[in-house]
Amino acid sequence: MKVNGKQVALSKEMSLLAFLQEQGYPTDKVAVERNGQIVPKAQFSSVTLMDSDQVEIVSFVGGG
Amino acid sequence: MEISLNGKKLLLSSPLSLRVLQEQYCPDADVFIYNGFQTDEDLPLQDGDTVVLIRRGELPSEEQLESMMAARHTPFVHERVKKAKVGIAGLGGLGSNIAVMLARTGIGELVLADFDLVEPSNLNRQHYFISHLGQYKTQALQEQIRQINPFIQVKTHTVRLTAQNAAEIFSGCQVICEALDRPQSKAELVAAVLEGLPQAKVVAASGMAGYGSANEIETRRKLSRLYLCGDLVSEAQPGQGLMAPRVSVCAGHQANMVLRLLLGMDEP
Repeated sequence: MKVNGKQVALSKEMSLLAFLQEQGYPTDKVAVERNGQIVPKAQFSSVTLMDSDQVEIVSFVGGG
Repeated sequence: MEISLNGKKLLLSSPLSLRVLQEQYCPDADVFIYNGFQTDEDLPLQDGDTVVLIRRGELPSEEQLESMMAARHTPFVHERVKKAKVGIAGLGGLGSNIAVMLARTGIGELVLADFDLVEPSNLNRQHYFISHLGQYKTQALQEQIRQINPFIQVKTHTVRLTAQNAAEIFSGCQVICEALDRPQSKAELVAAVLEGLPQAKVVAASGMAGYGSANEIETRRKLSRLYLCGDLVSEAQPGQGLMAPRVSVCAGHQANMVLRLLLGMDEP
């Protein structure tokens, strides 16, 4: 699976939410695109990642 | 000879001086700007001169203001930005400064959204004045934009932006600037706009607090329609507050990326 342009081994089939948690991302402070489509936060737990997926994760910090 | 008077080409059949030109074409004018410099002298005009004659403090006609602005940018830039509609989500340190810069750039229509009031602590970085304290930010900014270029259309939404209302509020905008404060709000707004408005591009911000090097602030293309300005790490927190210089640098990055996108340039 490709995450932000890098190859990442997907240990087992898991939801996007589980993957984000496993990788240590604060799941409420990221925007995620999977295969060119934005995934709304409400769907993080229902989307199952596949080895062929290309995922982009954009993180935000506070201030503005 | 041919000169430019208030942005428009003027053919003169016989030589004139600045004063005679003023008497004939702009009898009410009291400020003379000759080839970019203010003067009180009655100078002889030459072929190719650029003259601006205005009355101090007075709004020029829409046509004149437009001619002078178009001459300042290039005509190609002016035509593009005049037709543009840009949204700004959040009117704080980033949003208020972006709004003013885009107004000065001549963006045809701005959609401004923020629920908040102007308060004293805002004045350390946000584009408001003492006279605005207690006013809604939407109203205070709309007034300022009217003072910069009254021919710009400003639509305001004095509401809290959510994943449910964002797409409708910014519908029709070619570009939307994310200028919120909380990282959760940023993530939510960016996702909602990218999903709900498939034609729109988003210029967001992350990391601009403190007084670290301004050179750390960059613009990066993160997704095909998402650009991110900031240093990505300098979070607003005690000991690293939001300060005018760095916030303005980030706002400048965002406003410049908006302009580039409107002119057809997809890369930072």
